[in-house]
Amino acid sequence: MLSVERIHSYYGKAHILNDLSFEVRRGEVVALLGRNGAGKSTTMKSVMQLVRPRQGQVTFQGRELVGEPAFRVAKCGIGYVPEDRRIFTDLTVLENLEVGRQPKREDAPFWTQEQLFEIFPNLFERRANRGKHMSGGEQQMLTIARTLMGNPALLLLDEPSEGIAPVIVEQMAETIKTLKAEGLTVMISEQNLHFARAVADRAIIIEGGEKKFDGSFAELEAHPEIRDAYLSV
Amino acid sequence: MAFFFAQFLTGLANAAALFLVASGLSLIFGVTRIVNFAHGSFYMLGAFIGIVLMDLLPGHVDFWGAILLTGLAVGLIGAVVEMVVLRPIYRAPELFQLVATFGVILVIQDLALMIWGAEDRLGPRAPGLRGVWRIFGEPVPKYDIVLIAITPFILFALWYLIARTRLGVLVRAATQDREMVGALGVNQAWLFTGVFALGSALAGLGGALQLPKGGADLLMDFNIIGAVFVVVVIGGMGSLPGAFIASVLISVLNVFGVTYLPQSTLVLMYVVMAVVLIVRPYGLLGREEVAGEHGQVGAPETPIRPYGPKGMALVAALLTLLALLPAFAEPFVLTLVVDMVVFALFAASLHFILGSGGLVSFGHAAFFGGGAYAAALLVYHTGTPMELAFLFAPLAAGLLALGIGWFCIRLTGVYFAMLTLAFSQLVWSLAFQWRSVTRGDDGLVNIWPADWLNGSVPYYYFALAFGVGGILFLRHVIHAPFGYALRAGRDSPRQAEATGIDVKRVQFVAFALAGAMAGLAGGIFVFSKGSVFPTELEIAKSFDALIVVFLGGVKTLAGGVVGASFMTVVEDWLVRLEYWRLLLGLVIIAVVIVMPEGIVGTLRTLWRRIRHSDEEAV
Repeated sequence: MLSVERIHSYYGKAHILNDLSFEVRRGEVVALLGRNGAGKSTTMKSVMQLVRPRQGQVTFQGRELVGEPAFRVAKCGIGYVPEDRRIFTDLTVLENLEVGRQPKREDAPFWTQEQLFEIFPNLFERRANRGKHMSGGEQQMLTIARTLMGNPALLLLDEPSEGIAPVIVEQMAETIKTLKAEGLTVMISEQNLHFARAVADRAIIIEGGEKKFDGSFAELEAHPEIRDAYLSV
Repeated sequence: MAFFFAQFLTGLANAAALFLVASGLSLIFGVTRIVNFAHGSFYMLGAFIGIVLMDLLPGHVDFWGAILLTGLAVGLIGAVVEMVVLRPIYRAPELFQLVATFGVILVIQDLALMIWGAEDRLGPRAPGLRGVWRIFGEPVPKYDIVLIAITPFILFALWYLIARTRLGVLVRAATQDREMVGALGVNQAWLFTGVFALGSALAGLGGALQLPKGGADLLMDFNIIGAVFVVVVIGGMGSLPGAFIASVLISVLNVFGVTYLPQSTLVLMYVVMAVVLIVRPYGLLGREEVAGEHGQVGAPETPIRPYGPKGMALVAALLTLLALLPAFAEPFVLTLVVDMVVFALFAASLHFILGSGGLVSFGHAAFFGGGAYAAALLVYHTGTPMELAFLFAPLAAGLLALGIGWFCIRLTGVYFAMLTLAFSQLVWSLAFQWRSVTRGDDGLVNIWPADWLNGSVPYYYFALAFGVGGILFLRHVIHAPFGYALRAGRDSPRQAEATGIDVKRVQFVAFALAGAMAGLAGGIFVFSKGSVFPTELEIAKSFDALIVVFLGGVKTLAGGVVGASFMTVVEDWLVRLEYWRLLLGLVIIAVVIVMPEGIVGTLRTLWRRIRHSDEEAV
């Protein structure tokens, strides 16, 4: 579904991603693992074209994305949930959802506001509140719901468990499983190995912008030295 | 009492058009972050197009139909301007776009002159609303009452659009984080064009709506833009109700000002703005701008480094050439070079606080003209020797900058820019309206240099020594520890504070220093021309400096100097032509689009690219 081939991404002169390649197949949940500064967020942004790779290709359902503006990437069916959430704090919950709304697409599950409120009941209660009056966990729910309003075929979740309470992390894991059951393909970036193992089918580990491991969690268990070298557990 | 009330109604009626124009500017700024100087031009276009359409349209629909059509037409023009001029440069450094909009002002001015001629036009009367109604015995034009009646509907319609429609939701979201709006699948380019068209349409509507009261003329664009900025800033950037309250406030104040304090009309609204900003730094209903809120990741800044041996050699060669110039050049060339040096020092002083300090001042002319006036007043009133009066120019301008800076430095971004504009307008109106001291627009004349400096060659060397000296001094400061502290405060105020730099104090001192250097330029100027007029304190003078700094390149040291030299030469050529504004505007727009990093910045990038490909070839 998504194929990233040998991309190199930079912030100014800093070389962040170095010859990174990976695939995401339809229907799976992939966890992108690595330490702080390993390049996880930059990978997500490079798919979304918020950071433009200087070399390499990003292909989504047969379509080349490098050089396209971000809104067109979104229209192709990739939904992006940023690490820092970036909800519109002056807008109400309903208005935040409205910004994300896009037409129905054939190859992806279709979400209505009502369905999203079933998955995220807290949001329904706070539907008339402004974004800035919500807790971190609620904001995290809102940013995911907002992206789902665009009916994406592939969801990029950047560190969804970061900075929220453990109870909410558990809810989040359930939510991701629900999304998968609905037929959504998901890629999450994580530092939390337990959380990743609970929700994902496959792990990709990067360090210093390079891929170090790509395989099942069973394989990862079999090689504790990889985990020790690239993940802080 | 009745008279009082009638005056109040006139003020309210005037507020209608002002509010339309101001809300358009506020919308455009909120979403695109463009300070659109050309907004007054759309207002002027609205007035002229309105007259044309009112003539063309038949019978019953003529007046009100023409107003609506005018809005549409000006909106379309706005969309075209946005797509052709602004869309290519959204990625340029912040506020760079305002230079392009200044080019648009010039182009529209000359186009209007070509199409409609220089004569003022009277606006047609609204059908059925020709007379007056008597209210408490005082005559109030019927059209005024109708305007007052429809203003709340305009406010409601705009509020509905912004608060209740999808477009409004997207506009508010984009005001906060436009990149995220894009990542959610919204085409920002069209959103920007749409908002720009809407804002322009509102300005056009305002221009057409005021026709029965004010008519149309070629000065409308500059006349309203000051008031519009004041309204938007007093109300709070991006706040519609704020803009409404401020429009009423300013319009009513103006009407009473004309009646009771006719000597202070020019300055009244700027005084109000200054007071509001000092008490409420983000306007009546505005909110604090959070830096970095938009979450855009740009390339890190290339630090400014002292020139290497090659650069030094080039500068030395240039200076030698300038020193030898009187040996072979005609006197008029020397005069042109003095103009150039004066402008270059003025621009370099603005560049110093803008480029290195990150403080965009819209009122730098206060210090240039302030210095010139300080010297001229001494000579004129007390017959002080020229040498002393000349030294007084930078001193007085520096003191003035200390005073103004004390109020302004606490603000940042556009609010800082606006408060500096307000103060410069205060200084300007002093020079303009305090006739007993400054002789008003007759100016101060016969301000000549001392005998030993009289003549084009001696004064040429004098101007060169102080002008170049001032520029080199500023360069030295930028590379001194004080300059590092200033740049640290620009790039990351919090980080700088954390390392022990008192950012506000450093900026305050830098502002005063820049003011003193602008005053020095003013001092050189006044003795080279022998006179000074209030035009040297005008908004246009401040904008001239801004434009050359941006044209030359904000992020390069030589930017201001190169931009000023470029502009002096280009203007010297162009003003001989009939439609020179049109050409100058097009030149500015072209430079902005072709060289988004400014002249020096773009040349530097090109030079690097050439060197890089050389290295690769080797």
